[in-house]
Amino acid sequence: MYGIGIAKGMLVTIKHLFRRTFTVQYPEERLKVYPRYRGQEFVWYEERCTGCATCAKYCPLGIIKIVTHPVGNPAEGFDYYVDVFDIEIARCMFCGLCVEACPYDALFMGTHYEMASYTRQKLVINVDQLKKAKKQPSAFMRPHLLDVKYEEDTSLTPERAGRMWQGRWAGGEKPAPQAPKTEE
Amino acid sequence: MAFRTEPITVNFGPQHPSTHGVFRMRVTFDGEVIVDMEPVFGYLHRGSEKLAEERTYTQVITLTDRLDYVASMSNNLAYVLAVEKLCGINPPERAQYIRVIMAELVRIASHLMGLGFLLNDLGAFATPLMYMFREREKIMDLFEMVCGARITFSYMRIGGVAEDLPPEFYPAMTRFLKEMPGYIDEYEALLRENEILLARTKNVGILQPDKAINGSVSGPNLRGSGVPWDLRRADPYEIYDRFEFDLPLGKVGDTYDRFLVRLEEMRQSVRILNQAMEQIPKGPVRASVPMLVRPPIGDAYAHVEAPKGELGFYVVSDNSIAPYRCKIRSPSFINLTVLRDMVLGWKLADMIVIFGSLDVNMGEVDR
Amino acid sequence: MDWVYDLFPKLHAAIEGWLRSILPPSIESAGVYIVMGVLSAFLLINVPLILVMVLIYMERRLLGRFQHRLGPNRVGWQGTLQVIADGIKLLTKEDIIPANVDRWVYNLAPVLFAIPVLLVFAVVPFGEEIYLTDLNIGILYIVALTATSTIFVFMAGWASNNKYSLIGAMRSVAQLISYEVPLVLSIVGVVLVVGSLSMREIVDKQSIPFILLQPLGFLVFIVAVSAELNRSPFDLLEAESELVTGYHIEYSGMKFGMFYLVEYIAGLAYSAVITTLFLGGWKGPILPQYVWFVAKVLLVFAVLIWIRATLPRVRIDQIMGFAWKFLFPLALINIFITALEVLLWPEGFPAWLVVVNLGVALGLLVVMQVLFRFPGATRHVVPQALVGRG
Repeated sequence: MYGIGIAKGMLVTIKHLFRRTFTVQYPEERLKVYPRYRGQEFVWYEERCTGCATCAKYCPLGIIKIVTHPVGNPAEGFDYYVDVFDIEIARCMFCGLCVEACPYDALFMGTHYEMASYTRQKLVINVDQLKKAKKQPSAFMRPHLLDVKYEEDTSLTPERAGRMWQGRWAGGEKPAPQAPKTEE
Repeated sequence: MAFRTEPITVNFGPQHPSTHGVFRMRVTFDGEVIVDMEPVFGYLHRGSEKLAEERTYTQVITLTDRLDYVASMSNNLAYVLAVEKLCGINPPERAQYIRVIMAELVRIASHLMGLGFLLNDLGAFATPLMYMFREREKIMDLFEMVCGARITFSYMRIGGVAEDLPPEFYPAMTRFLKEMPGYIDEYEALLRENEILLARTKNVGILQPDKAINGSVSGPNLRGSGVPWDLRRADPYEIYDRFEFDLPLGKVGDTYDRFLVRLEEMRQSVRILNQAMEQIPKGPVRASVPMLVRPPIGDAYAHVEAPKGELGFYVVSDNSIAPYRCKIRSPSFINLTVLRDMVLGWKLADMIVIFGSLDVNMGEVDR
Repeated sequence: MDWVYDLFPKLHAAIEGWLRSILPPSIESAGVYIVMGVLSAFLLINVPLILVMVLIYMERRLLGRFQHRLGPNRVGWQGTLQVIADGIKLLTKEDIIPANVDRWVYNLAPVLFAIPVLLVFAVVPFGEEIYLTDLNIGILYIVALTATSTIFVFMAGWASNNKYSLIGAMRSVAQLISYEVPLVLSIVGVVLVVGSLSMREIVDKQSIPFILLQPLGFLVFIVAVSAELNRSPFDLLEAESELVTGYHIEYSGMKFGMFYLVEYIAGLAYSAVITTLFLGGWKGPILPQYVWFVAKVLLVFAVLIWIRATLPRVRIDQIMGFAWKFLFPLALINIFITALEVLLWPEGFPAWLVVVNLGVALGLLVVMQVLFRFPGATRHVVPQALVGRG
């Protein structure tokens, strides 16, 4: 008989009338952000960074710009002071390769997603912003941060954010003695 | 008195609600009947293959995300397999399981989207689409747990995957696997027996098996025509030979069969996922591969059964850090070649449905 | 609380009395006639417009819930002011007139489109005493008026100078005219039972709602109505996934708003007609008559929304086949059966006839399954002369 298939479909739709909707009312309620979320702002620890620019080298788009100058005693080997650390997130695709590449756990993905702005110029994160920003790093490529819960104003210290090199490979069975090395 | 009639040519697209991206069809109608159709594409061309020659092997992974952007995991997998073949790397077993889990999850997500938009093209005013996006959102949540992104995953790495599954993944996955069959039943109840849907899709846009094979069509479109060809069976890459699953096959090769095949494939994917979650061993997820790989001189072709069909990467190495050539065999592009043959003689509304039933992704067609 | 029940007649009497007291005797009757006429016309145009706002809000919210989402809920309490916000947005939008359109026809179409549907409300009885006029050809008048909307749809589609809108307009001519036939024929059943075309009398005669006595007629009528209203599954004129929006693709701003509005006014008008013909009009216990009427109208519209939320669209040849091969015979059979029943029981129908009619309707659906198939695969042979000419 005509209409049975139609009636079945109409039953399905009327059932949904009485179910709770799955809409998330954005500004009031937010989706849960998972620990590994690759957030929009980057977290950078000045204390941990050596200015090696591995992150800039690994970026597929080359949007990280680093300028350093040597400080300290040449006889003991230079330290590098980071003058410029520009991340142009307007072009960033948040693949996280820079974070994966960082050998000293100095660069992290962020945990936030609200960085909309009206001009492209504002979408460049510079070194001052990175220094001043709240430090709430994401657990992406940093397994030791998986269980960290952030409150509104928590800021992770550089000691807590870093980790031993032995924990580098997930599962911990293949300890890598060093950070992956470039061949150049 | 005879009327003087003449055919009219209409441009469907590149901006049109049902061209699934920026596809353009120059269609000539005689009344409502299509007498000629010329597909025009290239509006989304980004030069992925050329860009790949300027990137290191690891960086190319981020480019593959943007081919079929509703099923990025499969793209990652195909590319990574090709490079592994080139270098002779064997990823750890756990990594292979994780890859299969991701590929099957993304197959469900892609089929959900393909079916939803097919039904939307049929005019079922977004209702099935909304239901299907609801489930797709759950899959996206799973992906976010695993790799931190919802669309462009960049999850696979040469020699494994980026990271192990997080602890919160397991309960969420179990819940998803328990709920999903019920939802698939719901989609079936919603429209499978609907008289209008049957009238619109049965015997419409028949793709004969011989034509499909000659046209090099692959994926659910080929299986909808009744050809039992699935790379997971025919050339079991990774560990697909360890799983039990059926190949849903169509009988006639019409739009309805392709619809059913996709619906059934989601069920089979759930089945594979259930087995994979049971079998998954413990262990490392990444072989010791440097981030800058330098494969030996040579070439390799690897293909996977992506949700849209056979996705292949042909990578040529000249022993530098970037591929010398990276050719992408994208299923959507090749499936489109039979479109003209399929729509000639059908009506305007049928053309939209036939195009929708091919489930083409423009990001992959134009690369 | 008695005043609630006969609010409108009392209001009418009070205004008329007040007018008679202030007007000089020489122009009294003419003055009262004109003033009351203008007042009624004002009410009859604006009450539907307010109801239309309710309908649009209802449609968007209900569609949302059917699709498992919320629908508009930001502007005002629970999104109640969304329609007004949309209206303001449409009014302030730039009015784009594309080059090479037929300016007169293009600008006139949305305005003329609104007239016939608004005129329908003249004969709709909102209550026993609440109607503008009781034409003795009431239902015929409604059918005649709404049939004209084809012309305005075609005007819009033709004048836009756009191929999508032209195809939409062509479809509209084919579809709307075909569906007039089963629409009118299914009304005949009701008219046979009542013995009058007047809307008031149709309601008066319904001791039980005609949906029970005329299930077949109701089925044909509601299908034909959703085709006339261009609502899913028959929304071929605007088929979003095929023709983008069909005949009003080139309209923007308030001209588009007019088309949108008129569609919903037509929805309201036809819901009112269905209520009058099949659901017993204003009749109902306890509540005032006009409340019952509006409630029934909203219920009918909710069913139309429900259908829209579920069904896919049919194709153009299927829609024509459906009208002529499915609905048309059913409407004829319905007339035949009704006429037989009227002959057998001229004094009034026994109650068990309800069950019989329902059984006949269901039986006919089974029979039609065998007799009528949706034209499924109709691949045309493309003349070689045409291939490659594009």
